[in-house]
Amino acid sequence: MEWTFEGGGPLYAQIVAAVKLAVASGELKPGERVPGVRELALEAGVNPNTMQRAMAELEREGLLYSQRTAGRFVTEDAGTVAAARRELAEGYVRTFLDAMRRLGLEKDEIHKLLEAEKEEQNAGTGM
Amino acid sequence: MPVLECKGLSKSYGAKRALDGVDLRVEAGRIVGLLGPNGSGKTTLIKLANGLLTPTQGRILVNGLEPGVETKRAVSYLPERACLPDWMSARDLMGFYGDFYADFDRQAAEDMLSRLGIDLRAGMKSLSKGNREKVQLIMVMARRARLYLLDEPIGGVDPAARDYILNTIISNYNPEASVIISTHLISDVEKVLDDVIFINQGKVVLAAPADELREQQGKSVDQIFREVFRC
Repeated sequence: MEWTFEGGGPLYAQIVAAVKLAVASGELKPGERVPGVRELALEAGVNPNTMQRAMAELEREGLLYSQRTAGRFVTEDAGTVAAARRELAEGYVRTFLDAMRRLGLEKDEIHKLLEAEKEEQNAGTGM
Repeated sequence: MPVLECKGLSKSYGAKRALDGVDLRVEAGRIVGLLGPNGSGKTTLIKLANGLLTPTQGRILVNGLEPGVETKRAVSYLPERACLPDWMSARDLMGFYGDFYADFDRQAAEDMLSRLGIDLRAGMKSLSKGNREKVQLIMVMARRARLYLLDEPIGGVDPAARDYILNTIISNYNPEASVIISTHLISDVEKVLDDVIFINQGKVVLAAPADELREQQGKSVDQIFREVFRC
């Protein structure tokens, strides 16, 4: 996985968000084994305690589960993955709408822009 | 028991107060950033912890003991300036460290050196500055100590060497031991820190878990540092 961190906000929360995105997008597959805390910490360049905290949080939220000896795995529960995808998508939509409102755009203008962009993309891919 | 504890710790050089009533606790398993501008007292605190200096007032305890023979067994120290005899090769250094420190893990040192591709027979003199600093860090981190004191480990090395040094610190992480990293290069180290201690003019101005600070203030430790120490 690629790890990038932003200035503000706790690191463990940023790791939770990144793994959630990887699970929701299918980059991490259901049932896939997740590397150990030490390995992940090295990969992300963070402290092992921070990585451990993020993994514990992901387990608490049900996105990962651990098996005592075999390690830690991505959930195989489709409902949990779908919920994570929906939660992230809603977040992106909120961010988008906030930005549009800050620009002073009204609802129907936003709709028009979305439609126009959709047509342009369809034309671009020849669909 | 904390790995390092300071109680009302002060150190004066003549009329100058380098440390002024410092109270601190560092627990096992923590990687701690000792952060402050130049001349804030970071090196003085580290030298007190390893017994190179003695307190003017107050106490400093390592594993509950005053610095001395017992604590030196448990403390692995990386000085600010390279101190390795430059006629020695990496192999000589491993022998040297092995003779001095019962907890020196020669195999671990050899593994780290070979991953760096360092010729074990080459004298330190023939290595680049970056590689000399890495070799010294390897010697320090290959000890199975309880307390690692790293004084400016990333000062004056290029970004790739910096990553190597930070990765070496992470990969040698031991939940029984603590690491104290003194630096003023906050943005480079902040990702590896559990806790931060801000020190200024000999006084601790802030001591807290790094993620707690980021959460409360919505800023990076680097940004908070710049605000606290604004000139």
